[in-house]
This record gives sequence, structure tokens and C-alpha cells, in this order.
Amino acid sequence: MLDLIREFSPGLAILLTNPQFAFIQLLNSISQGMNLFIIAAGLSLIFGVLKVINFAHGVFYMFGAYVVHTVFMDWGAPFWVGAIASALALGVIAAIIERTLFRQIYEAEHLMQLLLTFAIVLIMGDLAKVIWGTEQYSVSYPASLKGATDLGITSYPSYRLMLCVIGPLILIALYWFAERTRWGRMTKAATQDREMLAALGINVPLIYTSVFILGSALAGFGGALAAPFSSPVPGMDATLIVECFVIVIVGGLGSLWGTFVGALLYGLVFNFGSVIYPNGQDVFAYLLLLVVLLIRPWGLYGKPEAGGH
Amino acid sequence: MTSPLSKTGMAACLIILILCALTPLLQSDYLIDVVTEILIVALFALSLNIIIGYSGNVSFGHAAYFAIGGYVNAILLTSYGWPLLPSAVAGVFAATLTAAIVAYFCTRLTDIYFAMLTLAFSMLVWAILFKWRSLTNGDDGFTPVHVPAMIDDRTAFFYFTMIVIVVSIAVLWVITHSAFGRSLVAVRENVGRAGFVGIHTRRMRWQAFVIAGFFAGVAGVLFGMYHRGMYVESAFWTQSAQVLIMTLLGGIYSFFGPLIGAAVLFMLERLTNEYTEYWPTVLGSILLVILLFQPDGLVGLGKRIKNKFGGGGSP
Repeated sequence: MLDLIREFSPGLAILLTNPQFAFIQLLNSISQGMNLFIIAAGLSLIFGVLKVINFAHGVFYMFGAYVVHTVFMDWGAPFWVGAIASALALGVIAAIIERTLFRQIYEAEHLMQLLLTFAIVLIMGDLAKVIWGTEQYSVSYPASLKGATDLGITSYPSYRLMLCVIGPLILIALYWFAERTRWGRMTKAATQDREMLAALGINVPLIYTSVFILGSALAGFGGALAAPFSSPVPGMDATLIVECFVIVIVGGLGSLWGTFVGALLYGLVFNFGSVIYPNGQDVFAYLLLLVVLLIRPWGLYGKPEAGGH
Repeated sequence: MTSPLSKTGMAACLIILILCALTPLLQSDYLIDVVTEILIVALFALSLNIIIGYSGNVSFGHAAYFAIGGYVNAILLTSYGWPLLPSAVAGVFAATLTAAIVAYFCTRLTDIYFAMLTLAFSMLVWAILFKWRSLTNGDDGFTPVHVPAMIDDRTAFFYFTMIVIVVSIAVLWVITHSAFGRSLVAVRENVGRAGFVGIHTRRMRWQAFVIAGFFAGVAGVLFGMYHRGMYVESAFWTQSAQVLIMTLLGGIYSFFGPLIGAAVLFMLERLTNEYTEYWPTVLGSILLVILLFQPDGLVGLGKRIKNKFGGGGSP
């Protein structure tokens, strides 16, 4: 039996016979999934409130990776200072973009919104080339997380282990923000009925701006965290944004928990898929999407469109 | 858009057609190349507009059918030595079939979900083309494509392209101005009402998608032979975005709008690339201007100017 499997897929045979290897793949899946979750959560949050699919989210991620390179590698500041700087920088950029551009298109058709965000992708992509050039940078791991941690059955890179921890922490923080704070409740109200909320004296545009800032800061932070293994380079945004789309559609647009589950599934399918059938890693991720959409067209935790046809 | 071609319109089309046909007489390889390429992208943009302008859905993955048409034809011609006709037919058929399958799933959804799903499917196609190295040569590109001797010459290929594209555009015109096309517009304008008067809206949107896939396949077949190669980038989502911008730039509520948008954008890209490598910035800026100031595109701009200065005439 095992010989048969080995002939079909050597990777699968190793997975079945070597629990240590399987465990490492599991951790790889989780750490990749959690990194993607941080970024995709921002995208999902922005869609949930602003109802805009932000193609520029990938470029924000790329800027995050570049900023951490500049602050951490060039200026010699600690890694975490760089990561926070990335989040802040993207927050500022997002605030400017929301105030000057997005504000014009909330009432427009979705096509217009998609294309506006695409225009930002084009311009910011070139801007990154002007600032950072076209070379590929390498970003080292922060000193405290350089080695590996002994987990009993195997040891595993500390940095990736940190990602496995930080993802759930961000999920909890976002959940707490949304459910337990005044800002969270106002945000929820803004998705339900913005006229009513404005009539009650709440500054709705400010809520929109703050959501856009938070979502984009997550992209910047996620980009900074990814920098040590993704190595900032022009064009890194184009595939990432599609990965994020897959995750938020699988999870259900606008659902935070759905995004978390979607990101985990993505990590699992991507990593185990590429062990079992090395030629097909990207294909598997899209197949995941298809299977989910066949069963639930609105994603695992999404709600059917209002007034769907 | 709903009125049949007016006399002036007919005359304009004829003049453009004759001018196009005479291009080779100028003996400029550059000009022949430019017109050939414009014709191909114009058909690509027109096909997309069947989905956007007529059925009212935004496909963000139209490049997939273009790429499938191009790849299947290129591979059959080159690796399997098929003659042109069966190979081109197979390319277009593959594109149409894929569009039919994808549309089955996508038309269950509308709006954002539709756009995202078309995008995801096109990326699946991209991933397959990228990973199936033994067949497509992956990211090195499938090149060179064996082009049949009959159309191997620049001028011959130009006329071949022109005939195929003019016939395709004529067929698209007939389709969009038939009862079917008008029902599609009804679906775009108000899905609910279109349903009430007995239009099977989902099936109509499916049919529009399949027709669009067919003609994108035709454009892809020509593209692959013109460039003598197919590259995975032509299935990537940015390619879909590019053709979407062409369509929007020309104006989605007019039949010929996308054609004009394709021609203008293509020329702009050529000219910009001679001076600077920052074509994306130029394109992004154009896009911002259209979106913020001129949402109905160049054709809308033309109409507005005409109404302001020309007076009379139907808008």
C-alpha cells in the first residue's frame, strides 16, 4: 500500500510515515496562514464597512515590506520599531488616499471603485520603484527570533512560531475592538444604516477614514512581518492581493472569523498541496476556492447578497 | 446604441474600413504592426463589453479566455503540427468552453462577488499555464509559434487579421442589436423587471459571458500568431484590468466605445514607452481623471462636446 502511495506521490508517503515532517508542514501552514490573515483581515475589514474591494491593499503590503527594510536594515532601528513604522506609514498614506480619492466614489458603481483602487496600484507601484529601485532586498530576522525553538518532537524557527502566535492575538484584538468598544459599535451601525447614524450626530466620514486607516495599517504590518522571507521586490503585490482575495472569498466577504478560517485553510492547502504534488501549489489554492464556492457561493461565513437574484 | 447604424455612421465605418485596408500601401512596417495590434486588442475590448456594457456585470478575469485561445492554438500549431483552421477553431472552442463552465458558476452571483469570482477563475487558468511546463513552457513563454506559411508575411497576416476581426465585429454588432441584445440591456438596467417580463436573466447573463469568451478566444488566437509566442502574463489579472480600462476609457454604453478606447490606450502606451518607463503612472492618472470627471468615457465626452457646439442631432 505504502509503495503504491510512494509511487503516486513521494511527498505524501513521507507525510504518512514521518510525523515530525508532517508536524513541520502543519506549522508552516499555520505561520503562512497567520501572516496572510493579518493582511487579509485589513482587506475584509475595509470591505465590511466601506463596501470597497481595495486592489491597492497588495501595494500597501509591499510598501510595508519596503518600509521595514529601510527602517530596520538601513537605519539600524530594532525590527519591531520598523514593523510599527510600516503600520504607521501605511496608516498615514491610507488617510490621505481616503480623504482625497475614496471619498469621491462611495456612491459610485462598484466598477468605478475597483478601477479607482487599481489606479492607485499603478501609481504607487511606480512610486515604489522610484523610491526603492527595482532590486530585491533581503531583510534579516530580528535578533531575538533568529534561532529555532525546541518543541519536543521537533525544533522550529522561532520567527515563524511568533507568526503562529501573533495571528490569533490580532484576531482577538480586532474582535474586541469590533464587539466591545464604542468605535466598534459605531462601525457596525455605519454598515447597517449610515444616514441614520449621521442623523444621530455621529461623524460617519470619520468612521470610514478610521476603518480605512486600520485596515491599511494591517496590510503594512503584515508586509513588514513577511519581509524576512518574502524579500521586498517590485511586483510582490500582484500575487499577494489575489491570495488575499481567495482568502476573504473563501471565508466570506466582511467576516473576520471567516477570514481567519480562510487564511488557515489557504495555508494548509498551499503547504500540504505542494508537498503532495509539488507542481501544483498555486492550482490547489484556487481549487480550494472553487470547492468552497460550489458548496457555499457566499463563502464559509458570508451572508447571501441582499436582494440576490 | 439601440438605433440601427445611421447613414453617417455607416459612412464613417466604411471610410475607416477602407483606410485600414489601404494601410499596407504606405509601405510602413511600423504602421501595419500598429494597426494589426489595435485590431486585435479592439476585438478583445469589444468582447468584454458584451459582459459589462450589455449584461451589466464586471468581469475581472477576461484575460483567461484570451490566453486559452492563444495557447491552445499556438500549442496545436507548433507542438502538434495542426493546420491553421482546425487549430484556430480548437483554440476558440477551448476558450468558449472554459467561459461556459466559468460562467455557470459566476452567474450565480452578481456585482462584487461576480467580479471576484471571475478574477479567481482567471488566476486558476494563469496558475495552470504557469505550472504546466511540459505543455506551455511555463514562465519562459511558449515561443516561437509556428505560423502557417500562407499568413507568415506581414501584409498577408494583416489582411487575415482584418478580415477575421471585421467579420467578428459585424457578428457582435448583429448580436447586440438583436432581440437578444436588447434583452441583455434590460437585464443590465433592471434585473428585477427584466425577470418579471419573462426574461430568464441568469441564462441571458450566461449566454453573454459565453459569447464574450468566444470572441476573446478569437482575439487570443490572432495575438499568439501575431507575436509568435504566448506568455503567462497574458492570463494574469493585470491583463484583465488593462482591457477593462480600455473598455471603460472608450465608454461602456456604446457599441464602438471600447474599440476607440482600445485604439487610444494602445497608442498612448506605445508613445509613452518611447519617453519613459513609467507607463503605469500615466495609465493610473488617466484612469483617475476618467473616474473622477468623465465616467462615461471618451464617447460620452464626444457626445457632450457635440451637444454643446453642434446643436441638433440625436445625442
